Amino acid sequence: MTPIVNIEKLRVTFGKGTDAAVKDVSFAINPGETVCVVGESGSGKSVTSLSLMRLVEFGGGTIVDGRMTLQRDDGPIDLAQADGDTMRDIRGDEIGMIFQEPMTSLNPVFTIERQLTDGLRVHRGMTGQAARERALELLRDVRIPEPERRLKQYPHELSGGMRQRVVIAIAMACEPRLLIADEPTTALDVTIQAEILALINRLKRETGMAVMFITHDMAVVAQIADRVVVMYRGDVVEEGPVADIFANPKADYTKALLAAVPRLGEMRGKAAPEPMRLVGDTSAPKPLTPQDHPEPLLEVKNLTTYFPVKGGPLRRHVANVHAVEDVTFTLNKGETLSLVGESGCGKSSCGRSILRLVEPTSGSVIVDRKDILAANHRDLRLLRRQMQMIFQDPFASLNPYMRLSAQVAEPLRNFGLASGSALQDRVAGLFDRVELPRDYMRRFPHELSGGQRQRIAIARALAVSPKLIIADEAVSALDVSVQAQVLNLMMELQADLGLSFLFISHDMAVVERISHHVAVMYLGRIVEIGPRAAIFENPQHSYTKSLMQAVPIADPAKRKLEGDLNFRPIPSPMHPLSYAPAQSLYDTVAAGHLVLRDIERTTDANP
Amino acid sequence: MRRFLSGKGLVGAAIVLIMLLIALLAPLFIPDTFATQMDMRARLSGPTLNHIFGTDQLGRDLFYRVVLGAQTSVMIAGAAVLMSIVIGLPLGIISGYFGGVIDNVLMRLVDTLLSFPALLLALTISAVLGPNLTNTIIAIGIAFTPFLARIIRGEALRVAQMPYVEAARAAGTTDLQMIIRHILPNIMPAIIVQGTISLAFAILAEAGLSFLGLGTQPPDASWGLMIQASRDYLDIAPWTALVPGAAVAITVLGLNMFGDVLRDVLDPRTDP
Repeated sequence: MTPIVNIEKLRVTFGKGTDAAVKDVSFAINPGETVCVVGESGSGKSVTSLSLMRLVEFGGGTIVDGRMTLQRDDGPIDLAQADGDTMRDIRGDEIGMIFQEPMTSLNPVFTIERQLTDGLRVHRGMTGQAARERALELLRDVRIPEPERRLKQYPHELSGGMRQRVVIAIAMACEPRLLIADEPTTALDVTIQAEILALINRLKRETGMAVMFITHDMAVVAQIADRVVVMYRGDVVEEGPVADIFANPKADYTKALLAAVPRLGEMRGKAAPEPMRLVGDTSAPKPLTPQDHPEPLLEVKNLTTYFPVKGGPLRRHVANVHAVEDVTFTLNKGETLSLVGESGCGKSSCGRSILRLVEPTSGSVIVDRKDILAANHRDLRLLRRQMQMIFQDPFASLNPYMRLSAQVAEPLRNFGLASGSALQDRVAGLFDRVELPRDYMRRFPHELSGGQRQRIAIARALAVSPKLIIADEAVSALDVSVQAQVLNLMMELQADLGLSFLFISHDMAVVERISHHVAVMYLGRIVEIGPRAAIFENPQHSYTKSLMQAVPIADPAKRKLEGDLNFRPIPSPMHPLSYAPAQSLYDTVAAGHLVLRDIERTTDANP
Repeated sequence: MRRFLSGKGLVGAAIVLIMLLIALLAPLFIPDTFATQMDMRARLSGPTLNHIFGTDQLGRDLFYRVVLGAQTSVMIAGAAVLMSIVIGLPLGIISGYFGGVIDNVLMRLVDTLLSFPALLLALTISAVLGPNLTNTIIAIGIAFTPFLARIIRGEALRVAQMPYVEAARAAGTTDLQMIIRHILPNIMPAIIVQGTISLAFAILAEAGLSFLGLGTQPPDASWGLMIQASRDYLDIAPWTALVPGAAVAITVLGLNMFGDVLRDVLDPRTDP
């Protein structure tokens, strides 16, 4: 079989005197085949796909060597040598592309129809009724409900998952031979991710096109790949059928990558959280010793946070976004409680309400027997010594103009806990604690990698010896091996210092590994809460079940089909001022395992 | 530092330094009369050995006028922009950082000022206060303040929403410390860029005021006054406009280059 695309010895550089982003990459993609290009950030996987579209030049890259042979109707062509006109013909016609961010890859000022028919007009000369009919057909292909209505809508009227379906429909418009998908599900929730993956799989089967799928997530690879190309620092380190890669990886890097991926279900029957497996570390991870008599540290009761929505010419308060709705839970000393849920479920707002970074509407938050919500401005500042926060984006949560030592020292200086050389010693100690070399103290944030920055954020949080740390998606932005290291550091600190973590995450596999207790949030409420084992091994609420079902499993033998998945979109949490929400009532399944009653009837996610 | 002393930064710094030296030292060594002495036989003469930059319609030497005018122009522009930053910075930061009612009140005030053309505003202030050097500075300074305040507010608003500000708040940083440690350094680039651009406009604003008889008073020299005076002779004596025009252009270019490099130097991310 002649491959649709054959990449040979591709080499791409960005500017003089820098290392090549892609050094010597060769692989082929056959018709009807999905090739997953997998690697961590900086591996050159996106640069390879952009080179194939010849879009890399727009970003300052140069293809210095190699051939990229594309099979066209009139014979093969080397894309590396093709001129601008030829490439314009090929892009969007013979090669379609899906980008990562569905929010920004559609133009907000054009209707869906206009954006769908653009390619048809340019490449197929289709206009008017013919183009509209084709657009409708495409929307039906990607299973968008009410396609006729969607044609007239604008991107902002569609949900994230629907927008990504539209992006796929646009890429499919001219029936490309090759579909390039660059991290198409990374920005999406797990339930939507599962649907999009199943959709791409079905379209590939039906049309016989080839798919080049770029991802960093081994679980996604297992769900979608026929063949896998593993990249590391601009080189291909391993290539093979998906089953072989997972069952019998040969390259050390592939082994390490696979080892670092937490797999949902692997903690079955274990009493306490376990550290992550580390790259190159084959010894069995030792579990954290469970506590015999845990005492409560954080008690949240009936916490409710609304955000006002202003509207009308006078910007009056017309409605409320019910971000957190009657949430109650307890976090014990030295333990981790994870809040899981999809974007918009209120898990972040809940964490920020506890710290009063946003003002809650009602309820009570008791930390170590002190009421946070009742505290005045001055007391609150002092109470914040007890509780610190680690943020999601390690690039935005450090001040680019401040030396790292100053940023770690800031909380100590704020509370006058140390000064002069004592302060420097404390800061140096904190750098040791998070395993960063002391000469990093004089550096600025941009000189560090994402994982190192997150260590700085942890050091800053630890500076005032807090009892509680709220980690809001603290490892979501990190590569999987770095993620494992940072998580292990957090668990080590927990064991040594008796810290409590409120761990906010969407990643069920990570949560299963590190939590003592888990709370699942949906539409601002906790729908199910309990010990980790109970939630993962005996989920009761239908939303918890569907969430578990959507999580991709890093095992090519356990693929999900489109028919298995049928999620209803999450309803809007915005309500008029007169709306009076029902109280959260729970049924006790087992000791400490509570399931939300009542709401099941109205918002059942998986009927 | 190495970056600063290479290429663009060096040229920009050199231009700014030379202009400052001329502005400060020229009046000490060159008598005022050199700029006002009229050579009636050589009116509107082109560059000659006697008058290397030529003369104006009254036969005054353009070289001496441009050199001695530097003090007036540079001082007025520098002081006026400094004044607008000194007033606009706290206004903008308070508005952007605290928001709410304070923001609304301050910004409506600024909007009121903005609704007048800057020159008209300066003109009114200057007319009320009376024409002299100090009042010209005050007039231009006040007229430029709303622009600075608006830009600084926008930047402060942007920075105040950054996660590192939230992180610092969670770490118990007070508002004053927050502004000094986190907000100010991060809005500095915008202030530098806007400041250097404002300097150029301030030189021209002074010219406008002088033209209307409210800025520098003849026979004293300022670049703006010279450009205005050249207007009627552009077709027969274009150098009368080119000489002061070049002085303004070179100064502004030097300031912009200097400002760009200063901004880069202050940003740790661009340090090699």
